Amino acid sequence: MSKKLLSGPYLVWMAGFIVIPLILILYYGLTDKTGAFTLANIVSIATAEHSKALWLSLGLSFVSTVICLALAYPLAMILRRRNVGKGSFVVFIFILPMWMNFLLRTLAWQTLLERNGVINGILTALRLPPQSLINTPGAIILGMVYNFLPFMVLPIYNVLCKIDDNTINAAQDLGANFWQTLTRIWFPLSVPGVISGITMVFVPALTTFVISNLLGGSKILLIGNVIEQEFTRGSNWHLGSGLSLVLMIFILASMALIAKYDKNGEGTAF
Amino acid sequence: MKKTKATIRQAVENFYLVFIMIFLYAPIATLMVLSFSNSKSRTQWGGFTLRWYGEMFQSATIINALENTLVIAFASAAIATVIGTAAAIAISSMKPVPRTIIMGITNIPMLNADIVTGISLMLAFIAFGISLGFNTILISHITFNIPYVILSVMPKLKQTNKSVYEAAMDLGAPPVYAFFRVVFPDILPGVLSGFLLAFTMSLDDFIITHFTKGAGINTLSTLIYSEVRRGIKPSMYALSTVIFVAVLALLVIINFAPRKKGEK
Amino acid sequence: MKKKIWALALGGIVGISAVLGGCGGKSGSADAGEVYVYNWGEYIDEEVISMFEKETGIKVIYDMFETNEDMYPVIEAGGRTYDVVCPSDYMIQRMVENNMLAELNFDNIPNVDQIAPEYMERSKSFDPENKFSVPYCWGTVGILYNTSMVAPEDVPVRWSDLWDEKFRGEILMQDSVRDAFMVALKSLGYSMNSDSRGELEEARDLLIQQKPLVQAYVIDQVRDKMIGGEAALGVIYSGEMLYIQEEVAAQGLDYNLEYVIPEEGTNVWIDSWVIPANAKNKENAEAWINFMCRPEIAKMNFEYITYPTPNQGAFELLDEELQNNKAVFPDLDSLDNCEVFKYLGDEVDTIYNDLWKEVKSN
Repeated sequence: MSKKLLSGPYLVWMAGFIVIPLILILYYGLTDKTGAFTLANIVSIATAEHSKALWLSLGLSFVSTVICLALAYPLAMILRRRNVGKGSFVVFIFILPMWMNFLLRTLAWQTLLERNGVINGILTALRLPPQSLINTPGAIILGMVYNFLPFMVLPIYNVLCKIDDNTINAAQDLGANFWQTLTRIWFPLSVPGVISGITMVFVPALTTFVISNLLGGSKILLIGNVIEQEFTRGSNWHLGSGLSLVLMIFILASMALIAKYDKNGEGTAF
Repeated sequence: MKKTKATIRQAVENFYLVFIMIFLYAPIATLMVLSFSNSKSRTQWGGFTLRWYGEMFQSATIINALENTLVIAFASAAIATVIGTAAAIAISSMKPVPRTIIMGITNIPMLNADIVTGISLMLAFIAFGISLGFNTILISHITFNIPYVILSVMPKLKQTNKSVYEAAMDLGAPPVYAFFRVVFPDILPGVLSGFLLAFTMSLDDFIITHFTKGAGINTLSTLIYSEVRRGIKPSMYALSTVIFVAVLALLVIINFAPRKKGEK
Repeated sequence: MKKKIWALALGGIVGISAVLGGCGGKSGSADAGEVYVYNWGEYIDEEVISMFEKETGIKVIYDMFETNEDMYPVIEAGGRTYDVVCPSDYMIQRMVENNMLAELNFDNIPNVDQIAPEYMERSKSFDPENKFSVPYCWGTVGILYNTSMVAPEDVPVRWSDLWDEKFRGEILMQDSVRDAFMVALKSLGYSMNSDSRGELEEARDLLIQQKPLVQAYVIDQVRDKMIGGEAALGVIYSGEMLYIQEEVAAQGLDYNLEYVIPEEGTNVWIDSWVIPANAKNKENAEAWINFMCRPEIAKMNFEYITYPTPNQGAFELLDEELQNNKAVFPDLDSLDNCEVFKYLGDEVDTIYNDLWKEVKSN
């Protein structure tokens, strides 16, 4: 019995700072400025400007997630095949940038991509015409991929490490070629890691407002920017909360995905 | 034939590793190089200088933000570790149904978008009439840190052998004593890694701090954001370099120092 | 094992010192109190802040906002309280109308008599009885252009030049709703205080049409970006000119930056100090305003931020050459078609915000 008491502080904390705040968002999202019940804030996702922002966010974060997966899977496989071992220096090198401050990583790309930035400086030195790189959807995708790539590498790598060498050897002994082992053994066994990698990249990419602000020159409005600005500029908290609720639907969907494929919590990054 | 195939494969793999390395490190390296250039231009080398470092260390705002960041990271990680470890012990002895509910709620701050967490906390603080400031940042950081602690302690608790703890009690050890002598050493690695995880999560957070910070308080993240919005100063490059080197040193110590002692 | 215990102990020590540090900070500043200042970015000589602290013993907590629209919800929500804020005309009007400001006690601000009467007169358009605000700076909005990127025959003279295909990707627009709409409304020949839905929709269409030409929507960054040669044209507040010219000279750049006020007319703005109704240190805030009105201090600020000062005493301390520099102190009367922003009510404000979102999401 005394053991259960230990959860007291956490339960109080959880109620006060997780549950009540979420109820408040729900309350704000479903009321208007006079406090009357309304669905207008949620339905407003269908207006041209909000749905455009949402689709753009979905599109950019989808592309970034695919690129992250395409870059991370081979990387994780190489690291695994070389048996460098968990916690080795090589693995360390590939996740180290994750611990660098997120804003500084984005700032770095701003420095590289700007019109008089480093990349255009190199192009000019090579007598090539300078390109306008920043403030484009491409710049935002680059920023997302760069910032979130380690979140994809780590869970996939963790799950690949758990695959027994004997399984692979058995497959090869039975005459399976590279593609067959990849599609029949590696990939099916790594699904939990891939799924958790996908959610760990997709959710922050979908909801970001920092990357689009710093690399998009405020020309590209993502759903995260819309919500942030409703709170900091438009001062319509009801609308901002309503849109947050819509966003949470997408997050709940990815939570459900995780729960389905990752029952034991094995594929998590940590 | 097989051999050449293997070497080609090796070469392709190496090439790929190097490619990713360049992608990951070229931007950081650029910032580091620029931090020593005596020119505000990003395309011309203006000669070697340490003046941006001087500017950085003399700036009261940067030093203040650094202090806030470290204090918040340490305090929030420490408090989250205590609350989280206690909660993990309690949860592991719960029945399946309440346990699933609690773990579900524990997952929320981890999986929810930071922007929603930040906004919901801000709404709550304002609704409760808590004025935003240092404390609200601290509370928010503790909130998103606890789940990381719980999730790193839980697996270790599963591995502990309950009968040893029970045996200790049978031999007359008071529960608290038995816990600290028997269970705690077993879960200590989980507690420590939870603490470190919480610490780094707190260091890196921008979005939640952005919504819950009060007047006159900045962490490094919020400071960098507002500086960048006003135009990049080279002292930001210097700051990047310092942070990168500090993080590198810290992680090398944490990851590789204890292993040498062969504690396993 | 030892190491781990050490690490734990370390955590404990830092935790304790954090608590102590928190207390120390508070007790240290209890003597003369503190004042929470909320001002625009790059809008004060930081030396002035420490002079104020030294002279009065009041600790200054200084924060910055980017736009009037960013500042308003912060004050409205009250989660963060400030003692003295520096919004522009129309935002002051909005705050007055919503009872968010405290009346100033001018007995504590004797230096207000340094402010030239014409600015107090102008302030009446948003603060009819001069009860709530003390002018800090004023200025205009215009186009800054880079002489090496804009051919002499293309030098902008009108707002509509910002729609010239030649400058595709070379234009920096203001990322604040009223300023952006001002540019479009003025180039259409409408008032920048228009509340007609039709006119505003026309302006929105014009802004959407302009978007492919715009390199970025920025606020404070416009200055550094123009100095760095990132863009050919930028919409900018008048005041930064002296700073920009000094910086261009100091960096030895091979181009110049020139400022024009477009002929369709522009926004003449006044930023004034006000005290929010929920301020906790009102007297300290008044001391702050009084300090800012002192001629030598106003002069220091002017020399640092180079926005025209309404402070007569400071103006008289300046060199004659500077006093007559029309680029720095434009003739208010010669500014044809110029207007001051007015707050148009919550309903019209929502229209502006919605249309601006449509521009941004397009």
